[in-house]
Amino acid sequence: MDYATLLQILDSTLRLGTPLLLACLAGLYSERSGIFDIGLEGKMLMAGMASGAVAALSGSVWVGLLAGIGASMMLALIHGLASITFRGNQLISGVALNFVASGATVLIAQSLFQQGGRTPSLTGAARFTPIELPFAETLRAIPGFGPFYAEVLSGHSVLVYVALAAVPGTWWLLYRTRFGLRLRAVGENPESVDTAGVSVLRLRYTAVLITGVLCGLAGAYMATGLQAGFGREMTAGRGYIALAALIFAKWRPWSALWATMLFGFLQALALRPDVLERTVGFPVPVSALDALPYILTVIVLAGFVGRAIPPRAGGQPYVKER
Amino acid sequence: MDKLPRWADLVLVPLISLALAAAISALVILAIGGDPVEAVTIMVNGALGSPYGWGYTLYYATSFIFTGLGVAVAYHAGQFNIGGEGQAQLGGLGVALVCLAAPWPHWSLALPAAILGAGVFGAAWAAVPAWLAAKRGSHIVITTIMFNYIAAALIVYLLVEVLRPAGQMDPATARFPAGASLPTFGEIPGLAAIFSKNVPANVTFFVAVFACWAVWLLLWRSRLGYEIRAFGKSEPAARYAGISPTKMIMVSMLISGGLSGMMAINNVMGEAERLLQNSAEGAGFIGIAVALMGRNHPVGIFLAAILFGFLYQGGAELGLWTTIPIELRLLLQGLVILFTGALDTMVRMMLAPFFRARRAA
Repeated sequence: MDYATLLQILDSTLRLGTPLLLACLAGLYSERSGIFDIGLEGKMLMAGMASGAVAALSGSVWVGLLAGIGASMMLALIHGLASITFRGNQLISGVALNFVASGATVLIAQSLFQQGGRTPSLTGAARFTPIELPFAETLRAIPGFGPFYAEVLSGHSVLVYVALAAVPGTWWLLYRTRFGLRLRAVGENPESVDTAGVSVLRLRYTAVLITGVLCGLAGAYMATGLQAGFGREMTAGRGYIALAALIFAKWRPWSALWATMLFGFLQALALRPDVLERTVGFPVPVSALDALPYILTVIVLAGFVGRAIPPRAGGQPYVKER
Repeated sequence: MDKLPRWADLVLVPLISLALAAAISALVILAIGGDPVEAVTIMVNGALGSPYGWGYTLYYATSFIFTGLGVAVAYHAGQFNIGGEGQAQLGGLGVALVCLAAPWPHWSLALPAAILGAGVFGAAWAAVPAWLAAKRGSHIVITTIMFNYIAAALIVYLLVEVLRPAGQMDPATARFPAGASLPTFGEIPGLAAIFSKNVPANVTFFVAVFACWAVWLLLWRSRLGYEIRAFGKSEPAARYAGISPTKMIMVSMLISGGLSGMMAINNVMGEAERLLQNSAEGAGFIGIAVALMGRNHPVGIFLAAILFGFLYQGGAELGLWTTIPIELRLLLQGLVILFTGALDTMVRMMLAPFFRARRAA
């Protein structure tokens, strides 16, 4: 594989890894607060539909983005209601909301546009356009780094850079602020947080809503950045891959970046079977590449590559002592 | 919180959950410009109004009984098996291999072999997540979801590269021999008077009813079932009583996967008569709704499976005759799972005042 091809693949890696990264960070907030969220997939799907539909109707991608975030937060709120207020089964709630999302998105898109559950193709201001980073063309002359900067880092939509910025942002919030300390504590030992006089409910609702915002960004990016419109089931299991990346990353923001980019790389490779065949010397079935992120996750979960220990209070509803 | 009487917990809570899910769906139908009353009429007429409709309703119900029982057995051991979909697809592979292995002379010989094939392949697909959960502490929910995706990729690979007969374009196996064709309700003496020949419901329905009874026998009338339920209620207590956690997780998940896999004799052997991509068509996931709705008891699962068979067939009719997309049934399915599985405390809280008032009076 020559350098130019590698750069092409890395460019796709960043594009395909971005929704995974946003969803993975989304899951990080929820799970760090002790709320399992299988419903990342559904929230992304809902956000994709809402942003695609509203961007098409209003002609503005920013209004679409807001709609996507709003739709995702609504599902997040229902998940919070079920798992925090009514102390229901968090796994079942997530699974249920995924079904609700896959049904509702097609229903709404179909009734709005009659295009078989799709939203119309977006053009112009209704879509996120690529941003050229400063000096991309000037620096291109530098061997090695120059083309990397111009080809891979430059020329993505704004949400890609938002996602990348969210990694240090999350790290700072989690490890350098009071909110972050409390968030981590409430996922490990909610009793201690409660004893300190901090509301467990409020912390967990905040975390779940942040999850909604980030999933909204992920879904909006899918429908208005990566592709030009929403299509049924367009997330295609990305919510689950993000969940896998989260475990792979052991619930840490920087590791989440590497894990999602690894899975993004695998997805990018699956798009270029010709390159892969030239590199390894024999044809690799595309299905094998499709399955690879899931197989990797199983291996990671089994603890063969370092142990992934989830937040201790994850999945357990908190019952305040009376 | 007040405890509800047992009958209310078993009957009223699922029914109210269903009513809530139906009410929200009706609102959604209104919102997208449909007519809920017309929708219900079409669903009832299409699914229950004719022997033809019943033929489809019972066909879907047969699949859902198997996957529902699968979820329930694992649930009693405290394991949440979301992998029914993948296990059912692998079960389909088992059925296909058995049916294509020999020129079966008669379906009565092919059926037991296919049941075995489906069960073994389904169980095998559940075995890896189960072993990882028991021995390595992997999260069974995530692992089984991952195995759904791996199963889909594996089946696509096998159909495209290995099992597809030469010269055939679409990724599917060859047609099964005529001797492996299961009699439909239209071909069974007695039932043939009611059902026409082209309904998909077939003899597998009776296998499913038998499976309900067998699961009841296993869970409530056998030593193993007692151990499974004890383990599911409290792992430390079960461990103290000398019940091996590894054995319980493995056994319950193998039975669960086997049951989900057996669904394939209904759709792969009984209907399609060859293995296609995505053969389970989401029935593995509906098993979750069916088990929750049926309160994880075979009788409840049987009734819930018929209900979902009705919703499934009725939803298809809606897609056919109205502008309401077929995906309405996904929404309804999600809402039923949400209300029965995650918001059940809310439903109980809603009911509690009524029973308190009556006791006070």
